[in-house]
Amino acid sequence: MAYLDHAATTPMLDEALEAYVATAREVGNASSLHAAGRRARRRVEESRERVAAVLGARPSEVIFTGGGTESDNLAVKGIFWARRAAHPQRVRVVSSAVEHHAVLDAVDWLAGQEGAEVGWLPVDAAGRLDPERLRVELAAHGDRVALVTAMWANNEVGTVQPVAELAAVAAAHGVPFHTDAIQAVGQVPVDFAASGVAALTVTGHKLGGPTGVGALLLARDVAATPLLHGGGQERDVRSGTLDTAGIVAFAVAVEAAVKGQQEYAARVAALRDELVERVRRAVPEVVFNGDPVDRLPGNAHFSFPGCEGDALLLLLDAQGIACSTGSACSAGVAQPSHVLLAMGADDDRARSSLRFTLGHTSTRADVDALIAALPAAVDRARRAASLRTPR
Amino acid sequence: MSGGVDSAVAAARAVEAGHDVTGVHLALARNPQTYRTGARGCCTLEDSRDARRAADVIGIPFYVWDMADRFHEDVVDDFVAEYAAGRTPNPCLRCNEKIKFAAVLDRAVALGFDAVVTGHHARLGADGLLRRSVDLAKDQSYVLAVLTRAQLDRSIFPLGDSTKAEVRAEAARRGLAVADKPDSHDICFIADGDTRGFLAQRLGEAPGDVVDAVSGAVVGSHSGAYAYTVGQRRGLHLDRPAPDGRPRYVLSITPKTNTVTVGPAEALEVAEVHATRPVWTGGERPTAPVECQVQLRAHGDVVPATVEVTADGLAAELRRPVRGVAAGQAIVAYRPDPAGDVVLGSATITG
Repeated sequence: MAYLDHAATTPMLDEALEAYVATAREVGNASSLHAAGRRARRRVEESRERVAAVLGARPSEVIFTGGGTESDNLAVKGIFWARRAAHPQRVRVVSSAVEHHAVLDAVDWLAGQEGAEVGWLPVDAAGRLDPERLRVELAAHGDRVALVTAMWANNEVGTVQPVAELAAVAAAHGVPFHTDAIQAVGQVPVDFAASGVAALTVTGHKLGGPTGVGALLLARDVAATPLLHGGGQERDVRSGTLDTAGIVAFAVAVEAAVKGQQEYAARVAALRDELVERVRRAVPEVVFNGDPVDRLPGNAHFSFPGCEGDALLLLLDAQGIACSTGSACSAGVAQPSHVLLAMGADDDRARSSLRFTLGHTSTRADVDALIAALPAAVDRARRAASLRTPR
Repeated sequence: MSGGVDSAVAAARAVEAGHDVTGVHLALARNPQTYRTGARGCCTLEDSRDARRAADVIGIPFYVWDMADRFHEDVVDDFVAEYAAGRTPNPCLRCNEKIKFAAVLDRAVALGFDAVVTGHHARLGADGLLRRSVDLAKDQSYVLAVLTRAQLDRSIFPLGDSTKAEVRAEAARRGLAVADKPDSHDICFIADGDTRGFLAQRLGEAPGDVVDAVSGAVVGSHSGAYAYTVGQRRGLHLDRPAPDGRPRYVLSITPKTNTVTVGPAEALEVAEVHATRPVWTGGERPTAPVECQVQLRAHGDVVPATVEVTADGLAAELRRPVRGVAAGQAIVAYRPDPAGDVVLGSATITG
């Protein structure tokens, strides 16, 4: 099998898996006072320190969660609620048109259920946000804004956003800035303090850690109202028995991914560039989406004119190649990607897209397998798509 | 794979027969309901998950194909238009003709597949003849008879040799959780089963007269002629009883004058049926009158008849008169055969 869907999830690193298994064998609730509890607590706190150290945060700024979606929801809803409670006029959320659904739908929920106003920031044809647009937005509505949330790097097209610039604009208006950095950590340099963001989402399974564990880095002076109430673990912002083994493995993976980032990015980007070049040669009319320079090293995203992405996916899957249309499904039915639509693509181009993402286990053989299967798949997908035209 | 037991077992049998099988679930509703209520409707998200789970157990890839627009145009809109024209459509037949063995089959062939496998209860053997299922109560050859030779040549019906009970038992043996899922009934896109309400929503109120065929007198009123089907007795709400005190039935619907004509049961009896758009799959198009059996609606009685090709379709002379023959339904001609009655051909009843 050629696994070209590392942005969906990537295999666990051996050291993370070993750390998980070793820790999971030990009994102990990190909130218990006895020796077993203290031992678990120590593992959690060491992990917190490891994560903080490599991501440029203080240990107290690391809130362990059940993964990326929870972290995004906690940041968006929690900061909104806390800010509105302190300043009733702050009911506006500023976000981007290309966010992951974990942010997009949380913002939509606030608009629908909590009466929030939303300022959506547009992107250019490469999927890139313009800090100037944020400046204009905040100049007009700054005193009403509860928070700004914009992703560090896009999960579909791989475009990396000018996060530090955006965060600086928000900071100048005294507005907390949250960034979903799920796709960024381990792929590009990410430093919480240096970036100037108030909150940052990271998750384990995109960087070689386990699924179901992640963190929200939340600056000490930023308040967030909890989503989950209970035992008050994690700074009273997030309750729930700490997943000691998951947290330990997560920290091992974060540390390895961040420390190895440069070397990883150089190797994977070279392989990705080869993939892009060979796809272009195999299918000359292909359109390469996303920012050509400021992009994730493992991401290659294309539109295949005259094809449907889901037909291509089926055909490549049948040849043992795993990739993604990158966009969300509704009842299993592929929807045109909101990211591509926001980049100005029409419905057909949005539906004709396919994402190949490389990762730490990728090799040239994976690219070879893709190139071997792609031309025939494109031919067949084109024949199938031509049936769709009105009869 | 609808999420029901038949398509799941059909897929499993196709795999066992050595085919390289991919499961496909059709998304037909624009706004799928999350849960089915009772045995009504299909194509809910729950059905889609049931189908995916079955595919996982069988060990085949599974995809959802979005056919909602095609289904709406070719089946739902057609259904409404047929009722508006005073006819009684069969949407399952139309779906087979236009969606499952047309849009789906064409797409599949373009993608490199050879055939569509479904869980229909009908037999299609090496001789290429479409025959009734061994389970006559579940036989679906009537709604498949509309398929052309080319469509049948790319169709596989693995369940025709089994009864429904055997299919359910096999599903249980194979560990398919849908083994005891209730059969779906009614029309899948009318989830609450209220066909009249569904049509009223789309066609609006159109009040008109109910006229007695014998006296010519207006005996009642209706709020839309489309809500009536030939042979219908219930729900006529007539103001005046018939002189003989016997029940009256819908004899015909005339969209031009928006009239529903009613009369006694005997007046429903039809001995000659005309039909259009014939399809002959049981052999060559007949050149001489054929002695055969005909079926005039789904799960309807079978009547001996002589069928003859006409300029615009076919004509059938029934050996004994039949009640409740509705335009828009299919007439299917069968040749009795110990190995399963063979579908000779099919056409759409005009009168």
